[in-house]
Amino acid sequence: MFDFLEGYDLLGAFWVTVKLAVYSGLGSLILGTLLAGMRVSPVPLMRGFGTAYVNFVRNIPLTIIIVFTSLGLFQTLGVSLGVEDFTDVNFRLAVLGLTVYTAAFVCEALRSGINTVPVGQAEAARALGLSFTQVLRLVILPQAFRSVVNPLANVLIALTKNTTVAAAIGVVEAANLMKTMIEAEAQLLLISAVFAFGFICLTLPTGLILGWVSKKVAVKR
Amino acid sequence: MTSVLYDAQGPRAKQRNILYTVLFLVVLAAVAWWVYDSLNAKHQLDWIKWEPFFTSSQPWETYLWPGLQETLKAASLALVIALPLGALFGIGRLSDHRWVRIPSGAVVEFFRAIPVLILMITANAAFSEYTDISSELRPLYAVVTGLVLYNASVLAEIVRAGILSLPRGQTDAAKAIGMRKGQTMRHVLLPQSVTAMLPAIVSQIVVIVKDTALGGAVLTFPELLASVRPMSANYGANTIACFTVIAVIYIALNFTLTSFASWLEGRLRRGKKSTGAVLGPGTVEAAGGTAPISVSGDFKSGAGGGGI
Repeated sequence: MFDFLEGYDLLGAFWVTVKLAVYSGLGSLILGTLLAGMRVSPVPLMRGFGTAYVNFVRNIPLTIIIVFTSLGLFQTLGVSLGVEDFTDVNFRLAVLGLTVYTAAFVCEALRSGINTVPVGQAEAARALGLSFTQVLRLVILPQAFRSVVNPLANVLIALTKNTTVAAAIGVVEAANLMKTMIEAEAQLLLISAVFAFGFICLTLPTGLILGWVSKKVAVKR
Repeated sequence: MTSVLYDAQGPRAKQRNILYTVLFLVVLAAVAWWVYDSLNAKHQLDWIKWEPFFTSSQPWETYLWPGLQETLKAASLALVIALPLGALFGIGRLSDHRWVRIPSGAVVEFFRAIPVLILMITANAAFSEYTDISSELRPLYAVVTGLVLYNASVLAEIVRAGILSLPRGQTDAAKAIGMRKGQTMRHVLLPQSVTAMLPAIVSQIVVIVKDTALGGAVLTFPELLASVRPMSANYGANTIACFTVIAVIYIALNFTLTSFASWLEGRLRRGKKSTGAVLGPGTVEAAGGTAPISVSGDFKSGAGGGGI
């Protein structure tokens, strides 16, 4: 029944999907935290930059960003992100695009987490003489992170699904392989079912595990 | 300007802020210079590459306007079909009958867990194999089908959250005056929850508009993004200019919608007549198992996972 799978590197394609999700997940966590820090900082210019970044990036389709990294950055401007091989370039460009896009959502999730920390905590920290960065680093962010595990899990799940957009610039991940297989094999329903199952295998456990983690680490108030 | 995190600033803090501002400006200026320099080196800033968008109506008439029309057509079709479907499944998930509740839940969770692109590719192949829809119309059908399947399930969750956000007393009171289940839903619960859902629905439209671009990149759907290639071929490899114009159109369109959604949310929250909550843009999150629905509390969450 599943003979049509032979000759295709199904696991390899899903492995690329996972790698895309992990790398851009880490990247967007770092960039998103920086942006969230900027958005709550006392320096008006940084706040403005953070707000502008989020509002611009959130309203552009991810597809445009990813296609732009290939057509605009790579083919027009020659930005190859330090590799020569064509496949590697596309992979890195996709990670860059996904990171830039997802960071805006990480930033928003974190900012809502910062808002859940009671005002008194920051006031107490300031009363102890901590500076803004110390307040943020030692008191606010650790609590904020613990309260936004669930929203961040949702961002990660959305990111996992969004990695399929990398197919638009020829990264051989799941959606790309699926398209190739549908064109070559006459097994439409089975192929779709296999890929749907693959994505459910990726997203469901993420949601369940991180949902459990979020209950575990939530700050009881 | 004060906030939770810092006090009104004294003279030393003010000086420090000025220093940070200057440092940040330097970093921004360096990045801007690098961007300018690399664009200039590839002649992407030459007036001749940007001029078609400003001096002639041709690129707008031939590519951008038709592309935008296709984008809006697909998005509005998807919304119009997905809304009633979503309402149906959302109410189905709240049914008292297990044989309605469980299948509705399964369908909603299934389509929320799968990427839209996978749905679109499948729909496209299915239409070409099992129907005789002409090949010009097929991408539109495929895009709309993918969008409907995904967004109907997200809208179902919005509807469910909206109905659940109403206090129990509403149902009890309806029962007390002898209303049947269907009447309670039609006359009491739905009308009230619609107002609560509006901001979440408006911000879901942004997601629909953004996802139409997938059709252009993968399924030869002639929407806005798809016009980059013919435009840059016609107007002298002005890729950067084309992308800039298209991104600006998308930002203008979606920013209007997001601002409207958060204005609506604020307004509904302030002038709230019912006791139910108001669902913000990030209320119903992306996907993943039986994720509990968070009715956002008093802090304003931005477009969270659901907005991706």
